[in-house]
Amino acid sequence: MGMTMTEKILASHAGLKEVEPGQLINARIDLALANDITAPLAIKEFRHLGVTKVFDPQRVVLVPDHFTPNKDIKSAEQAKLMREFAREQGVIYYEVGRMGIEHCLLPEEGLVGPGDLIVGADSHTCTYGALGAFATGVGSTDFACAIATGECWFKVPETILLRYYGKLRPWVGGKDLILYTIGDLGVDGALYKALEFTGEAISELSMDGRFTMANMAVEAGAKNGIFPVDEKTLEYIQGRVKRAYQIYTSDPDARYAEIREYDVSRIEPQVAFPHLPENTKGISEVGDIKIDQVVIGSCTNGRMEDLRVAAKILRGKKVHPEVRLIIIPGTQKIYTQALEEGLISVFIEAGAAVSTPTCGPCLGGHMGILAQGERAVATTNRNFVGRMGHPESEVYLAGPAVAAASAIKGRIAAPEEVL
Amino acid sequence: MQPIRGRCHKFGDDIDTDVIIPARYLNTTDPQELAKHCMEDADPDFPAKVKPGDIIVAGKNFGCGSSREHAPLAIKGAGVAAVVASSFARIFYRNAINIGLPIFEAPELAQSCETGDEIVIYPEEGVITNLTKNLTFRTAPFPPFMQGIMAAGGLIPYVARRLKGEI
Repeated sequence: MGMTMTEKILASHAGLKEVEPGQLINARIDLALANDITAPLAIKEFRHLGVTKVFDPQRVVLVPDHFTPNKDIKSAEQAKLMREFAREQGVIYYEVGRMGIEHCLLPEEGLVGPGDLIVGADSHTCTYGALGAFATGVGSTDFACAIATGECWFKVPETILLRYYGKLRPWVGGKDLILYTIGDLGVDGALYKALEFTGEAISELSMDGRFTMANMAVEAGAKNGIFPVDEKTLEYIQGRVKRAYQIYTSDPDARYAEIREYDVSRIEPQVAFPHLPENTKGISEVGDIKIDQVVIGSCTNGRMEDLRVAAKILRGKKVHPEVRLIIIPGTQKIYTQALEEGLISVFIEAGAAVSTPTCGPCLGGHMGILAQGERAVATTNRNFVGRMGHPESEVYLAGPAVAAASAIKGRIAAPEEVL
Repeated sequence: MQPIRGRCHKFGDDIDTDVIIPARYLNTTDPQELAKHCMEDADPDFPAKVKPGDIIVAGKNFGCGSSREHAPLAIKGAGVAAVVASSFARIFYRNAINIGLPIFEAPELAQSCETGDEIVIYPEEGVITNLTKNLTFRTAPFPPFMQGIMAAGGLIPYVARRLKGEI
């Protein structure tokens, strides 16, 4: 019987010829990451293990991105604890001013490649599946054990195969495809399972679009999201990934729990209504929803393509007088490139606040918290109760095109309305 | 594992980790501090109402969202003896096992429960009874590997023993 990409990566890292869904395995990891929220807890647990050194400092990455630049004294203490551990262990660490949002940063730095098995103490670790890797989120205790032993236990997931065909409509990108998919599957539609994204429309999609889609696999409950490796993947990793990597492909007779097909030419820009990412509607069905804030950024949509789309819409326009627009490039390199391309000037002239990379507002940390009754359109990944601030505030998820258009109109708007 | 008997606090479907412990409180790792805000955005009175030994019962996909282990820690810190749900999001499921918070998947039991019901869980038999309604349901037992982690008191003591070559 054939195997899926996910099964092959898990089997090879467990030293097995084959695995099947449901099987419990102990697998070698290629990389483990944590951030300023999850690492402090993990470091505390690591100290209880009776080991003094991480298994391989070059395979452990710590990124202070959530509550940084530090929002309060307690966060500063947490970040300090992580920084001191990073120095003590000599692991890979990116300081404020040289960093980025972890899931934008690690691929950019070439730290993740095809065929890798990656665990991260952050649920959006699944982002790296865009490169044909198996990447999944774990908690702090799992991370602590992973960096001590270089191994982690897994239950081999079943895979749902998703096939996307047809030609994308204008202003439709990876975010719209994944929101539409989550709307179809539901927030637990892929619980404990892998999502494999395939089809001609996926081949046409940019790497940035693929990162966005893989990033939100967890919002359908999935363990990981994974994309076949193609020329675009190889072009992206060229000159970045220094470690040896391996390309895995799913066998033609691989077992799938389910196969779903989507004609992307029928998908319009999507908006996920509060308070679940599955509450999706096409932009034409949204109605009149007045907003107070727009956030463009995050590990979901803080990449170059996202900023270019936003700039295309905002160029020569003004943000609505009653709206705050906050734009957060995903990494310092993205920020620099956006500066060089003149995008930052477009944003500032439009009346936007532009920030150094941070997860900040996405999880209601800082840099754009909502007051009671306020509404935001965000290119982020979750619209749970209280996610961006007050429990009675609301978050509407969308791609950068709808977010930028909404910032201009002061209500949720289609890109065509402002062009 | 001993039977777990307690009073039920009922929650709905898709209770996410932002509701279990909002990110605004994640600047600490102290379970007692986290417990003060446990479930606050779903029920602001929960931290005041919950008593040691109580049991959380919820619908599908409990613990969806963030990987924050602060979520099961906040629940454990609040003295909650166990969580029973129709299903759990996978990272929460792992985290709960890893830190030694007993969790059980039992969709029919979850449906039968209302806040205030007395329930008793027999982990080894895989049986849960709603004493108030006099209804008994089965819960799937954990695979032996996960039972091993729980018997050791969580993943840290389990791995520590493995590193010493004891298991």
